[in-house]
Amino acid sequence: MSKRMAALRRPGSLALVALWVVALLVPFFLEAFWLQTGLFAMAAIIGAIGLTILTGTTGQLSLAHAFFAAVGAYGYCYFAGTSGLGVSSATGLNLPPLLAMVLAVALSGVAGAIYSPISGRLRGIYLGIASIGLVFIGQHILFNAAGLTGGFNGRDAEPFSLLGFSFTQTDPELVIAGVQFTELERLWYLGILLVLLAYHYGRHLVDGRPGRALETVRDSEVAAAVMGVDVTRYKAAVFTVSSMYAGLSGVLLALIFNRIVPESFGLNLSVEFLAMIVIGGLGSVRGAVLGAAFVSMLPKLLDHYSDSLPFLATAGAGGGVEPGQAARFAFGAAIVAVLVFAPGGIGTLWHGSRRKDKAPPDTTRPPATGSPARPAPSTPKERST
Amino acid sequence: MTQFVELLINGISLGFVYALLALGFVMIFKSTRVINFAHGSVVLLGAFLIAKLAGELGFVLAALVGVAGAALAAALLYLVILRRVRGRAADTVTIATIGIDILLATELARQIGQEVLNIGDPWGSKVVRFGDFAMPEARVAAAVVALVLLGGFVAAFKFSPWGVAMRASAEDGEAGALMGIRLTRMAAGAWFIAGALAAVGGIFLTTFPTPGIDRTSGLAALSAFPAAILGGLDSVAGAVVGGLIIGVVVTMSAGYQDEMSFLGRGLSQVAPYVVMVLVLLARPSGLFGTRELTRV
Repeated sequence: MSKRMAALRRPGSLALVALWVVALLVPFFLEAFWLQTGLFAMAAIIGAIGLTILTGTTGQLSLAHAFFAAVGAYGYCYFAGTSGLGVSSATGLNLPPLLAMVLAVALSGVAGAIYSPISGRLRGIYLGIASIGLVFIGQHILFNAAGLTGGFNGRDAEPFSLLGFSFTQTDPELVIAGVQFTELERLWYLGILLVLLAYHYGRHLVDGRPGRALETVRDSEVAAAVMGVDVTRYKAAVFTVSSMYAGLSGVLLALIFNRIVPESFGLNLSVEFLAMIVIGGLGSVRGAVLGAAFVSMLPKLLDHYSDSLPFLATAGAGGGVEPGQAARFAFGAAIVAVLVFAPGGIGTLWHGSRRKDKAPPDTTRPPATGSPARPAPSTPKERST
Repeated sequence: MTQFVELLINGISLGFVYALLALGFVMIFKSTRVINFAHGSVVLLGAFLIAKLAGELGFVLAALVGVAGAALAAALLYLVILRRVRGRAADTVTIATIGIDILLATELARQIGQEVLNIGDPWGSKVVRFGDFAMPEARVAAAVVALVLLGGFVAAFKFSPWGVAMRASAEDGEAGALMGIRLTRMAAGAWFIAGALAAVGGIFLTTFPTPGIDRTSGLAALSAFPAAILGGLDSVAGAVVGGLIIGVVVTMSAGYQDEMSFLGRGLSQVAPYVVMVLVLLARPSGLFGTRELTRV
């Protein structure tokens, strides 16, 4: 594992630094549309990193990610919001936004920890379906607990502020190098900071000792237990961490949307998160970043440029393919294509065949059966014995 | 009391429809160890084909074509795409079906648009009376058709050479292959049957009392997930029992909505999932599912 990391870091580190510098400069060059799209991508990236640790590294298929994102988003609005303001009469605690953010993420973690005894009992596919149940139950609560969530109409998100510096349009006025810093520019840097934290924490988790333990749990729970890994505890812990990632993603989404409604956190969001990590390659933090950027930005880009793309119809006009549908076609096809042709994620395509052996191995296969990325063609179908 | 019995009867007939869909999940899971997330789209595809053709061909012929179309589509999904990811972890293949579902559902939503299609069934909104109890004709037809199909299926599964081969290959694929069972053919057959059952289920999910087929009709089939899971994914009997439980739960929670208003509106949509989670807590492999044993 560590050898692989060293090999990856050498050529990648320079490019990575360059990428961060470019990201920091974006608000000075690009218009609001790009900032908003980028911010959505950042929220998606944070959530996708959490899911890839859970589903990719530990092999726990979960479609409940949208639920935990909702806990984070609504948690933030509840902790930071003021009671009785706005259209809805939802209550709030009026805490400082930073504290509210921390509490909201913690709340998602608690929700994950509460769910983990269930998730720890269930295996593989049963867990996947049970987690769908969580999304539907969550939707039901969001629609009906109007005192907390604002119900169908949703509730407003309190703007973020840090040590008296508000992340709103013009308070205080801020102009740097001729660029007026409004809400989007300010949130952009907050988003970058959060992504940076999420990324590095995720990388260290996956590459370090816990990551190795989690991979062993994925490959064989018995082997992991024999090696001294407390399987139940690790599964609970990874579910909690993954939920916190989802929660942070939800908080950021709430800040970008300014107003959250239950519909944003349906099964579709879970499926999109899953698409992100599959396209990026299961278990790869870097892949999750790529996949999240692709899946979250594609619909917005297609929509933005629908006028100049000949094969697209404008939304609502009928005939042809609408931008949102085109995006869904693209990432549905991408999921299938990646799984069929590049099981390690799109990243492996341009790294060539050298990296193929590093694709995440088949989860139920014992680790000693040699190169797992390409099973012998004559092998009959996988059997769980 | 009258209301209770009516709801119970309606719930059971809806349950048989769910059982058809759940049986599809079970067939596919037994033969290929995959949960088919594209099942809802196959249901919608079948119903869509029938609705489009009913005007020209008449309902019966259209239904036959639609069922055959959905069955072929399901078998092709397996042969063209999923066979290529065979041998990978079951989760991977399952995720591939999610990708397929996105493609299929998007295309069908595009075809259907904002319309609500009528499937052109002969039952319409007619109601049959048994003494004091009323029941939509379509629901009676659903129960009869489903019972015939389920009975025929179970008999074939138990007694026919095909059923024996099917069960053998589900039990131990390698040994089955050595005995001359063609695994690919068995698996494609299972997908074919699952697709056919899905289309039949689709007919009855979109007849009265539901308004018709719209772009979200496939979602109704999602309720068959809890049915398949709580019965146990690899149990034919479990699919039937799970379907009946979910059918009754859905109908009851919709019928007694006013009495249970403290639980919130739209209860009937979540009730199946609540039941499923509760059952899974007690029995992680469902009511009749085989417990996974760990051997080293």
